[in-house]
Amino acid sequence: MKPVGWQAWLLTETPGGRAQARAGRWYRNLRRFARNPLAMSGLFVVLALIAVALAAPLLAPARAVVLQALPDRLLPPSLAHPFGTDELGRDLYARVVFGARITLSIVAMVALIVLPIGLGIGLPAGYFGGWIDLVLMRLTDIFLAFPRLILALAFAAALGPGIRNAVIAIALTAWPPYARLARAETLSLRAREFVLAAELQGASAWRILRTQILPLCLPSVIIRLTLDMAGIILTAAGLGFLGLGAQPPSPEWGAMVASGRDVLLDQWWVATIPGLAIFVVSLGFNLLGDGLREIFDPRAA
Amino acid sequence: MDAAVAGLRRLLRLILSVAATFLGLTLVTFVIGRLIPIDPVLAVVGEHAAPSVYRAARARMGLDLPLSVQYLRYLRQILHGDFGTSVITGQPVLTDLLHVFPATVELSLAALLIGLGLGIPLGVLAATRRGGAIDQAVRLLSLFGYSMPVFWLGLIGLLVFYARLGWVAGPGRLDVGFEDMVPERSGLLLLDSALAGQWDVMANAAAHLLLPAAILGLLSLAFIARMTRSFMLGQLSQEYVLAARAKGLSRRRVVWVHGLRNIAVPLITVIALTFGSLLEGAVLTETVFAWPGLGLYMKNSLFNADMNAVIGGTILIGVVYIGLNLLTDLLYPLLDPRADTGARR
Repeated sequence: MKPVGWQAWLLTETPGGRAQARAGRWYRNLRRFARNPLAMSGLFVVLALIAVALAAPLLAPARAVVLQALPDRLLPPSLAHPFGTDELGRDLYARVVFGARITLSIVAMVALIVLPIGLGIGLPAGYFGGWIDLVLMRLTDIFLAFPRLILALAFAAALGPGIRNAVIAIALTAWPPYARLARAETLSLRAREFVLAAELQGASAWRILRTQILPLCLPSVIIRLTLDMAGIILTAAGLGFLGLGAQPPSPEWGAMVASGRDVLLDQWWVATIPGLAIFVVSLGFNLLGDGLREIFDPRAA
Repeated sequence: MDAAVAGLRRLLRLILSVAATFLGLTLVTFVIGRLIPIDPVLAVVGEHAAPSVYRAARARMGLDLPLSVQYLRYLRQILHGDFGTSVITGQPVLTDLLHVFPATVELSLAALLIGLGLGIPLGVLAATRRGGAIDQAVRLLSLFGYSMPVFWLGLIGLLVFYARLGWVAGPGRLDVGFEDMVPERSGLLLLDSALAGQWDVMANAAAHLLLPAAILGLLSLAFIARMTRSFMLGQLSQEYVLAARAKGLSRRRVVWVHGLRNIAVPLITVIALTFGSLLEGAVLTETVFAWPGLGLYMKNSLFNADMNAVIGGTILIGVVYIGLNLLTDLLYPLLDPRADTGARR
């Protein structure tokens, strides 16, 4: 069947201009992505996480998150409490729903810290080479050689428990792979004609890095970030489980699993349900990242 | 280039990089130690000490010196194995670490064995039947492994296999009645009880070890199977495979003998990396299973603001990491002579 209308415009072999060619490429990638059921389910999970986080007050009453009702302690899942209640009689459904906000904000904050650090170290290292490269990459290697969770643990212990410090601790240990990746991409780009042309026109190094190299580095860095999200979520949940992340009564999923530990044998749902939420969300990010990588970087798949 | 000179250069570079990484590790732990919001001087002299007493204590602890001098002092202490005293146990941190570390090593080794024993065959099968049922299963399994919160899986494991089915023993390393029955030699309970001939202790220790090791091993299995698969795929497209097949060797023999021997070298790196991450995963697993190893020790120290112990544990794991990296770098040319010639860039 021959594509017609807007599809024909997108899929044409002879695009009329840059915008059309670019739109066509995006459309083809989108179609390939849509044919991959695992990647689509990953996308669905991630979108669902974002939707739940945004719409949390509509899905559950905010006050149910901390509302203690001791007569209703440790109720099994029922119509009134779909996920049951915890040891203080709080509704687990409301807590899991609002926990999505915490997970999403941790992931977003780590990404916001890690990207500038990674790019800020990787781009100059790759572009300038020489001793700048040597010093920056030595630094990166040192951080790369550290046990990530342990270092995050030590940081969180020194800074004191809490979400903000957990984010800082995770970010401090998560940036090195991005610096490496950005450097490798920059190395392969810096000798290309369009960069040379910009140099000959007298553009400053800062301008070339920002306008010529950065935009081309971003896709692979962002794919890597998507794949890393699961690890970030698991580390954050692990810190929460150990009591170093979000503090009670905050409905952080890892901390919720920890509080369900004592009643695990008799009231399984208290620990199981938040743990399931962690698993599903990190699986979603992994599936999405895998699908994206297959499209944009077929070599690695 | 002369091979001996090249080898010497490589060794020198290796030593330099190990030294740099170690310095970085100590620098980071030093900074972490300075970040604590608690004033260490106040902890010694009390809140109502006179300014002169405070200043004297500060000088005695060396905290009035420039940071660079403080760091060098700190480095010297660490190189002498002096990590300070643990607030909780009252013992030198190094003594504590050496006492708890074998439990972690036993757990991680058992997990590694499970991961390798299942992961390598699965990876090979996935590569030889690419796109088949095993390949899909391995892919799904590794996705699950990468997405699984290990502490949660441990709790579910306890719930199902210990509480409901009763197949394994519960938390801890031994039942109460078996504790202190074998003299501690290596600190590895399975080995110590076997050396002492205490078979019932050994059986009990194994029953306790099985579940945490299996949970931890499952996570390493994901990585090992995936890497084995991709290494093996790389081998199967090589010409020697075709030649061996043309010579009349069975496909099975070519894959399991020739192929496996050729992926042994990259697999060593994977094993070292895996062992490192298992040590890390052990922190969470030990907390779940009340396993008295380094992870549980560090966790307990964290909550009693015992920074000496936390930093000592961090340095210990960091040093093991550096050691594992060094080991793979040294083993590489021994196992794969190609890696040592000037052919490498």
